[in-house]
Amino acid sequence: MLEIRQLRKSFDGAEILKGVDLRVEKGDVVAILGPSGAGKTTLLRCLNFLETADSGEMTFDGRTIDLRLAGKKEIAQIRRKTAFVFQNFNLFLNRTALENVTEGLVTARRMQKEQAERIGREALDKVGLSDRCDHFPDQLSGGQQQRVAIARAVAADPEIIYFDEPTSALDPELTGEVLSVMRRLAEEGRTMLVVTHEMGFARNVSTRTVFMEQGLVVEVGDTRQMFEDPKETRTQEFMRKISGGAEAF
Amino acid sequence: MIDERLAGILTDSFFKILLPGLTTTIPLTVVSFAFAMVIAVVLALVQFAGIRGLKELARFYIWVIRGTPLLVQLFVIFYGLPNLGVVLPPFPSAVIVFSINEGAYCAEVMRAALEAVPKGQLEAGYCVGMTYLQTIRRIILPQALRTAFPSLGNSLIAMVKDTSLAANITVTEMFMATQRIVARTYEPLALYLEVGLIYLMFSTVLTKIQSAGEKRLQFYGRNRR
Repeated sequence: MLEIRQLRKSFDGAEILKGVDLRVEKGDVVAILGPSGAGKTTLLRCLNFLETADSGEMTFDGRTIDLRLAGKKEIAQIRRKTAFVFQNFNLFLNRTALENVTEGLVTARRMQKEQAERIGREALDKVGLSDRCDHFPDQLSGGQQQRVAIARAVAADPEIIYFDEPTSALDPELTGEVLSVMRRLAEEGRTMLVVTHEMGFARNVSTRTVFMEQGLVVEVGDTRQMFEDPKETRTQEFMRKISGGAEAF
Repeated sequence: MIDERLAGILTDSFFKILLPGLTTTIPLTVVSFAFAMVIAVVLALVQFAGIRGLKELARFYIWVIRGTPLLVQLFVIFYGLPNLGVVLPPFPSAVIVFSINEGAYCAEVMRAALEAVPKGQLEAGYCVGMTYLQTIRRIILPQALRTAFPSLGNSLIAMVKDTSLAANITVTEMFMATQRIVARTYEPLALYLEVGLIYLMFSTVLTKIQSAGEKRLQFYGRNRR
């Protein structure tokens, strides 16, 4: 459903992505793991054109485009079929929880307001926030904000949802509520591409795992195999370090 | 000492000063400020979006207007332009100058407010499928206006007082009305104090409106990242 070939991206001469290849099938929940600086976030941002790749190709939904040369129209088309969940939520601060969910439906997709609100309430109900519809982001906890952001992502019924370290900005006691919402989406068969440091989530929820390092995909495989029997030495080392609880600060 | 004659002059003049305040000072302020806001938002957005050519033009405009006295600007438009065959009546001249002048100052306030909106807001707009302009209009600009509100309120209050300069180009606003009464009665101290008091009244009302407005807007303004 989504295929990336030879994605490259540099910032100020430093090459962050050095030719990344990636395939995501419909229904896959793909966890992207790797040390910081591996280029995981940049990869996601290039896929949604928040950064413009220096080169590379994307096949999405049956159409192949050049990531660098994609025009406004193509970008808009792809964005309407994808959703993005940010590390720091990025809820619209001047909109209530419900309005955050309906904004894109009404403004970008020209949906009737009543229909959008129905969908919005359903989406908020699904993330357990039906009683917070009229709250502004500042009145919500981090975990609640991120759940609104997930509701916003789901409401547009995207083909794929990108998650960029969705729990990294949360207190430990709040990550659980977000992860359980994500687990439910996975169980519903949503296609998800998740950059994460939550090993438990990657191991128990994702179907496939990607290990990235220094701008390259080192290894891809079924999650079980990746955790229990990784082929590459670097992946083995990383997994050992993580499971040993010795992740350096 | 306030004797009976002076008390009579003061009560008599109070309404004679207040009336042009209501019919000239207030309309001049409101109309000019409305135009100024339009100018400010356009100038700020052009810079925020980094539209080449227009951005430089905006900077030039702001540089010139902020770098020259308001009084000089009034004189150029009202007494200067007739040399080019452009003769404008006093009130429209004042509106033009106050709009242009205030627009330049408020543009800087708006630009700073736009830049203070977190970057992620625009990205979130993109990610839910909105275009740049849609996100600006529905997400970025409302937040910027909220941030700018206190400063813009101050500008409005300052402008009420600045309109007294329009007396110099024969606009019959409060200050000119006072000057005329002074010329007749020879009581400058009492009358100028009186007109000052009326300006203070106006400012006080505006300050009250400003803080009421801020209270209403503070909802999503708390704890902003």
